[in-house]
Amino acid sequence: MKPAPFEYHAPATVEQALELLATHGYDAKILAGGQSLIPTMNFRLAQPAILIDMNNIPALRYIEPTPAGGVRIGAMTRYQTAERSPLIAERAPLVAEALPHIAHPQIRTRGTMGGAIAHADPAAELPAVCVALGARFKLRRGTQERWIAAEDFFVGLFTTLLEPDELLLEIELPPLPARSAWAFTEVARRHGDYALVGVAAGITLDDAGNCADVRLSFLSVGDRAVLAHNAIAALKGHPPTAETIAHAAAIAAADDIAPNADIHASVDYRRHLAKTLAQRALTQAAERASAG
Amino acid sequence: MENLIEITVTVNGTEYHRTVEPRMLLSDFLRHELNLTGTHVGCEHGVCGSCTILFDGDPVRSCLMFAVQANGHTLETVEGLGTPDAMHPLQNAFREKHALQCGFCTPGFLMSLKPFLEQNPNPSRDEIREALSGNLCRCTGYENMVDAVALAAEEMRNG
Amino acid sequence: MTAKYVGQPVKRNEDPRLLTGQALFVDDVHLPDMLHAAFLRSDYAHARILSIDTTAAKEMPGVVAVYTAEDLGDFWQPSPMIVQPPPTLEDIVFNPRPQIPLAKDMVRHIGDPVAVVIAESRYIAEDAAEQIWVDYEPLEVVTDIEKALEPDSPLVYEDLGTNLASHVRQEKGNYAAAAKKADLIIKRRMVIDRGAAAAMENRGIVVDWDAKTQHMTMWNTTQAPIPIRNGLAATLGLSEHQVRVIAPFVGGGFGPKIMLLQPEEVLLPWAAMRLCRPIKWIEDRRENFLGTTQERGQIHAVEAAFSKDGKILGLKDIFLHDTGAYNPYGLTIPLNTQTHSMGVYDVPNFYTEFKVVFTNKMIVTPVRGAGRPQGIFLVERMMDLAAKELGIDPVEIRRRNLIPADAFPVHHSIIGQDFIEAIYDSGNFQPLVEKARLLIGYDKFVTEEQPKLRAAGKHIGIGLAPFVESTGVGPYEGARITVESSGKVNLVTGVGTQGQSHFTSFAQIAAEQLGVAVQDVEVTTGDTDQFHWGTGTFASRGAVVAGNAIFAAAKRVRAKILAKASEVLDAPEEELELKDGAIRIADIPEKSISLGELAMLANPLRGAVEPGTEPGLEATEYFGPKYGTTASGVAAMIVEVDPDTMLIDIKKFVIAHDCGTVINPMVVDGQIHGGVSMGIGHSFYEQLIYDENGQLLNASFMDYLVPRSTDMPPSIEIAHQETKSPLNPMGSKGVGEAGAIPIPAVLAQALENALNIDGLELLEMPLSPGRLFELAQAAKNRD
Repeated sequence: MKPAPFEYHAPATVEQALELLATHGYDAKILAGGQSLIPTMNFRLAQPAILIDMNNIPALRYIEPTPAGGVRIGAMTRYQTAERSPLIAERAPLVAEALPHIAHPQIRTRGTMGGAIAHADPAAELPAVCVALGARFKLRRGTQERWIAAEDFFVGLFTTLLEPDELLLEIELPPLPARSAWAFTEVARRHGDYALVGVAAGITLDDAGNCADVRLSFLSVGDRAVLAHNAIAALKGHPPTAETIAHAAAIAAADDIAPNADIHASVDYRRHLAKTLAQRALTQAAERASAG
Repeated sequence: MENLIEITVTVNGTEYHRTVEPRMLLSDFLRHELNLTGTHVGCEHGVCGSCTILFDGDPVRSCLMFAVQANGHTLETVEGLGTPDAMHPLQNAFREKHALQCGFCTPGFLMSLKPFLEQNPNPSRDEIREALSGNLCRCTGYENMVDAVALAAEEMRNG
Repeated sequence: MTAKYVGQPVKRNEDPRLLTGQALFVDDVHLPDMLHAAFLRSDYAHARILSIDTTAAKEMPGVVAVYTAEDLGDFWQPSPMIVQPPPTLEDIVFNPRPQIPLAKDMVRHIGDPVAVVIAESRYIAEDAAEQIWVDYEPLEVVTDIEKALEPDSPLVYEDLGTNLASHVRQEKGNYAAAAKKADLIIKRRMVIDRGAAAAMENRGIVVDWDAKTQHMTMWNTTQAPIPIRNGLAATLGLSEHQVRVIAPFVGGGFGPKIMLLQPEEVLLPWAAMRLCRPIKWIEDRRENFLGTTQERGQIHAVEAAFSKDGKILGLKDIFLHDTGAYNPYGLTIPLNTQTHSMGVYDVPNFYTEFKVVFTNKMIVTPVRGAGRPQGIFLVERMMDLAAKELGIDPVEIRRRNLIPADAFPVHHSIIGQDFIEAIYDSGNFQPLVEKARLLIGYDKFVTEEQPKLRAAGKHIGIGLAPFVESTGVGPYEGARITVESSGKVNLVTGVGTQGQSHFTSFAQIAAEQLGVAVQDVEVTTGDTDQFHWGTGTFASRGAVVAGNAIFAAAKRVRAKILAKASEVLDAPEEELELKDGAIRIADIPEKSISLGELAMLANPLRGAVEPGTEPGLEATEYFGPKYGTTASGVAAMIVEVDPDTMLIDIKKFVIAHDCGTVINPMVVDGQIHGGVSMGIGHSFYEQLIYDENGQLLNASFMDYLVPRSTDMPPSIEIAHQETKSPLNPMGSKGVGEAGAIPIPAVLAQALENALNIDGLELLEMPLSPGRLFELAQAAKNRD
């Protein structure tokens, strides 16, 4: 299990990286934390001709507040840094709650926030969390920058809107509405494994105690992170009671997701887990929102 | 198309200069170029944790990094933790509590646990179990490791 | 009196080296000019090889050689069968199909080696393996052992005309007659699927042929260095003394590393002799899934006859055993299943029949447990089903059927893996059951705690399952003990070590006899130049068989010490004591001589060694038991299930165990811990999943789930009982596989109890959350 040969570049700036991408495009692969890419290369399932290592670009490692009350996260920020960030704990508690579910500490020291987004593994936590939070991503190609909403960014299995010569630079998390609260839960075979199903939920209460807004997203239930529009619509405007939440969770499991079977879980089992976990996450979010 | 790259790496306080292929895994570099064979390789896909080392103080899977990425960085392997005559409290505690059998996975556990105890000098048994969960052991059932880490933590707190 | 070491939790001699990265494992061996090998393995489970083109691979820079079966010429021979069927078994079918060095015209399982590349680095060798072009004609694949015996099944061996590898029937008493008198007959189908040994260290070999001295040295991750040395010498046409096999520190064995003369082991020495350069091959994890042997696949049709008071009158079991694409290990596993299917119970009548089946899957050889977990699973499940049918408490029905303490030795009239009738030499099961019952708090849990927890909506259950383990089988092992002039003791034995603490437990046995510190006994295992005779580390036999050889050798050295010291100190032997590395006269402690000085006197440079005596303080002894000794135990657990996710949480786990004389309780407990974790793995996390094309779907540690620390119970409580074996002087029994054996039975019982769903029976292993969900749904839908 040794990787095939490749040409290695370690640019020191974003501009150098973009130049290399412009030159090599389709032949090049970005090396971020490498915690998904390198195993794939060791199995020789990926044999990129050129690797562009982003680890020598300090400018892509930051966690900063946005004036609006959100958070900006540089793409090369490591999970461990985010996990220990007071700003993330305060302004993005959902991210803080999801991060410990990603593999193990020895992986989180290397794995990066941007790497997880660009890799677009449907079983990964961060894409689903970003979809739930309504995050947006800053991409750059040459000198052209664009912003893409998380929900639009993921288009299929390990597939995103990123062009071959385009870089993901930043994740921007919006400010959290008042009287909102969040919860993340997942089921994995073992601690740290990819989840069989995972759920991120958010509830914003209005003054009457009804759901002014609902966010609900899933991982591991299809080819990408899924925002559960039907379930959200079903719960919005209602008080988050055991009944309304159960109803919404059932709708999510039936209508919002299209899970696949694999060696660990059948379609039925995944739908069942999706319902169970959605119920648990929504309940927890509602309790947290009420507790204020 | 294979380009050779010169790197300088500090491992256990010693600076090494080598020329490597970019694709050489850091685990292979440590074991076969530097002859630091205490770091073991069990899966080469980042799951078993036998190859865990410290990279600028943080635990990483050395099978999931290329040697070139260590250029200019400071590493620590099990050889830097202690010697048979002067073992680290973790090593002593592992022996005291019989927390190793075949010993193949042990260096990876030790290198994961060193930063853990630095971050969390007084862990609960549940926290210890969680800290152990990033490495696989097939011999011990982890049972005695939990005791060993608790003992090491105590010894280290008592200086 | 000499210090007492046997029975003490002595800290391990081997630890400081292992803990500091100073211990030598095979992949740590680095020789000048060393080459590296990579194997090209079949991507098809069953295919005809039409052609192999190695041209491109051979032309790559850094590639030294590429070999296919054709290149081997006359050297291409099937390996010898490692284990033959017992000659004592009558009227059996047995079709031997040993391993071959490289597939010649046919591949029979995913991972079957097709070619080997030898190159300047492993990286280059893997590059070149990708450039070997094999033209395959895919053939129909058989993976299902039931379908394999249907008349129209594809055949793994066309020349055989059947996939039947073996057929064996054995009977104790008369089951049919017993069944006629029964009040209750229970029949069930039980299925056990495959798991991997998954030692943390993969297999590996470094081989060096020194043409000038005509001597071969091989470092090998083996459990059986001496048989490999013998086999290699025969295969290569060398004298056994020209071949040295060293098993250095080995990173876990668990069964598959007992395999000998596998393709890699045969080919690389041959290549090293041709190329006159050392060669290293280190199996990677993917290869370990595809190229290392596996175990456990069986399908049972079980029938049990009970009286209405819960006494088992008879048991009948007809099963299929999956041997994979070759059967070099004979009948060891299914025979173990047969001899363990009566468990701890007095089963007067037992009919047992198996068919071994070839499939297009990896070869099956023993993995920790080796057929025993399957036997225990079926009899324990039958006890649970009968308890339910008859309204008897599960522990009570077991009590009623235990073999009484005065019944030993118990003859079973069933031939076992060691070629002779299964006999339980000794045991005392009733107190073991009581110990486990008390430790787990059975009565209180069932009468008080469980009803409360159930009322609170918890799904929590209990299970208790006894088991036996035949251990310490022959034929023999040997040991040589030498007192050196430094006063240190050198102890050498032929078995290899894969983490069992032999460097300490063996030292304890010798140190106690010789009056030296345990650290002063330097143990060497697994080096054929150090000890010439032996078989290997398997069947939980190291401490029993080698241990008793060491015990005998140490006693003889002790006698020599006393005789020599008596002469030197001019005192009768009865007045001498061995203590702290010296011999002294008990009443006059200042009159003494150190062991080292005595050793020098026993090996003088001038003067005479008396005729009829031997120089030095040294002895070599062998031990071979008449038959294997039976260890026993009782495991119990309390488990909670989340009925919505079907994730499980083992709240409490206890085991009462009897392995006779305990040499080092710390080590014995450690062996049990490890067995339990593998048992939990093989019961709920680990399963080798082949699809209908014979592809292994989870050949990685990402998808093959070895338990983590967080999957284990919060603690494993162990109680010991020491019923000494009459079959060896130390009274010891083996413990290596113990923990793994009862887990499937006890987990199924506890989970069934926890879920408490009408009609839900857990009759298969391994389970998983997804499978539990399906089974629970099916049971609910039947209502």
